[in-house]
Amino acid sequence: MQKTLFDKLWDAHVVKTIDGIDVIYIDKHFIHEVTSPQAFSGIESRGISMAHASKTIATPDHNVPTKNQHLPIIDPLSKKQVEALRNNCSKHQVEIYDLGHENHGIVHIIGPENGITKPGMSIVCGDSHTSTHGAFGCLAFGIGTSQVEQVFASQCLLMNRPKTMRINIDGTLSHGVTSKDVILYIISKLTAAGGTGYFIEYTGSTIKSMSMEARMTICNMSIEMGARGGMIAPDDNTFAYLEGKPFSPKGKEWESALEYWKTLNTDNGATFDREEYFSAEEIFPMVTYGTNPGMGIPITDKVPTANMDAGYEKSLRYMDFQQGEKLEDKRIQNVFIGSCTNGRIEDLRAVAAFVEGKQKAKHVKAMIVPGSKQVELKAISEGLDKIFIASGFELREPGCSACLGMNDDKVPANEYCVSTSNRNFEGRQGQGARTILASPLMAAAAAIEGKIVDVRKYM
Amino acid sequence: MEKFYHLRSSAVPLPIEDVDTDQIIPARFLKSTTRDGFGENLFRDWRYKKDGSMEDQFVLNNPRYSGAVLLAGHNFGCGSSREHAAWAIADYGFKVVVSSFFADIFKANALNIGLLPVQITKEQLAFAFERVSDDAETIFVVDLENQVLQISETSFSAPFEISKYKKECLLKGHDDIDYLLSIEKEIAIYEQSIPAFLQ
Repeated sequence: MQKTLFDKLWDAHVVKTIDGIDVIYIDKHFIHEVTSPQAFSGIESRGISMAHASKTIATPDHNVPTKNQHLPIIDPLSKKQVEALRNNCSKHQVEIYDLGHENHGIVHIIGPENGITKPGMSIVCGDSHTSTHGAFGCLAFGIGTSQVEQVFASQCLLMNRPKTMRINIDGTLSHGVTSKDVILYIISKLTAAGGTGYFIEYTGSTIKSMSMEARMTICNMSIEMGARGGMIAPDDNTFAYLEGKPFSPKGKEWESALEYWKTLNTDNGATFDREEYFSAEEIFPMVTYGTNPGMGIPITDKVPTANMDAGYEKSLRYMDFQQGEKLEDKRIQNVFIGSCTNGRIEDLRAVAAFVEGKQKAKHVKAMIVPGSKQVELKAISEGLDKIFIASGFELREPGCSACLGMNDDKVPANEYCVSTSNRNFEGRQGQGARTILASPLMAAAAAIEGKIVDVRKYM
Repeated sequence: MEKFYHLRSSAVPLPIEDVDTDQIIPARFLKSTTRDGFGENLFRDWRYKKDGSMEDQFVLNNPRYSGAVLLAGHNFGCGSSREHAAWAIADYGFKVVVSSFFADIFKANALNIGLLPVQITKEQLAFAFERVSDDAETIFVVDLENQVLQISETSFSAPFEISKYKKECLLKGHDDIDYLLSIEKEIAIYEQSIPAFLQ
């Protein structure tokens, strides 16, 4: 029988089935400080130990300061949470990439960049953006804390088999249009709930020609349409990216891995529960105007007027936008470049290439937060830090930062922030903060001009 | 986990669509290392004004409404995977959330902690909202055994889906770990088949 990539990955991880529910084996488990402490106390109160501590990797990312990481954390609650992670990891012998460690960073950045994330794996983390790892042909999805505890206890999860959707994107993206615009466009078409119940495979010539980092941005935001996860079949790009990474297989093992990885694709004739088709040529730089990621428009469009729903009105009131107006030329106060969506080296390089020789607008606060220590060090070794500083941007240390405003990196109330992150929910970046999601290029252009602009006019 | 069998209660209506987990419990309240006390900050930024005073317009502050059933709009619980959202709802005192659509992770989290998500049709939900708005004392009857939601003194009767396994868990107060630990041997056999390059 012909199988989809999803079917191959799922079936390979079914330990057994009970009453229609599958017991799924988890190859790799990432944890962080916010969603793990209660899971550790859970197994402790049951008097059991971790089934396989070696299959779990920890890093503090959500709650950490992005300044002076070598000093003790000032916020007492953040400090307590990070210390709880350290203690739990030491007690249960879990590998932790702590602040300052060369492998420290946002969970979804450090997995791929070290080759911990590998095609064919099942990967979970108590974080919805675990879908990022799907870019390597993994079964990767976010879980809640009770499930973190289940994986600690058994290395397995009880799961209903999701439905499958294939999203085909063909054609060549025009200059100034990035993978972030592609995914924001798809979400705007399918809506914030449109993918619920599905695992999505992205394919087509546009996806195939993308770098691994660009593919990660696509898979990362699958959850923003409600999907359980996203995935892309591994190919030569994937193998080239992984070869030689610290945790990638070596020698003979690499050869047998490669042989298996090459079977990880959707068979001709395999069927999906749903298929969607998009053309790269119809995609322009995107911005969001509302308070969920499905509320996005091309920068050339106006805020839609057709929708008179009360929730829609509430959303526009929160953003202080009017139906029928253009967002182009709207004055903004903040720019945030970073997060598990767009905090990788290619994102920083794109921003540096754009801002080099230019100055940010005086009234804008522009912050760049690398997704990991390795991204930070690479940026410095390539001299990007000097370009950022000369242009008036601040380069911070790695963490989730202003994406979710758990640490001090918050956007002030009623101010706009053009952000490369993944969510524009009310209050996400700080109480009353107004988030406009966009690509790193669009965010860089907004910082320079001090307003929302169409980056293509400045390239 | 606490057992769930049957519930009779009035409901609190929240007819807003796409309620995300950042609204249910904002990230700045996720700094606890225990499961307790999240109810205090449930819908924090809708419940309180910036100066800390109560937002009288918000339904949780409206003395007309109370009960262990939260009636919520379409696509409830979208966004992050934080189980804290389900903890906050349960800690506040809700036992059941009724909506026409739930986000996947929220639904799984709720079931894992014994908070019952009841999914009914959009038309049924609209009717339920209307009833509650007419009469805040309207009594909802949630019968898990028979998988049906009823509204007292009406002919309203909405069947709902739940997997046989999860239903058993709720009725008996068992959780997934109890089951997973019981199949330890089968998991160990599976583990022998995992190739080295996936470890």
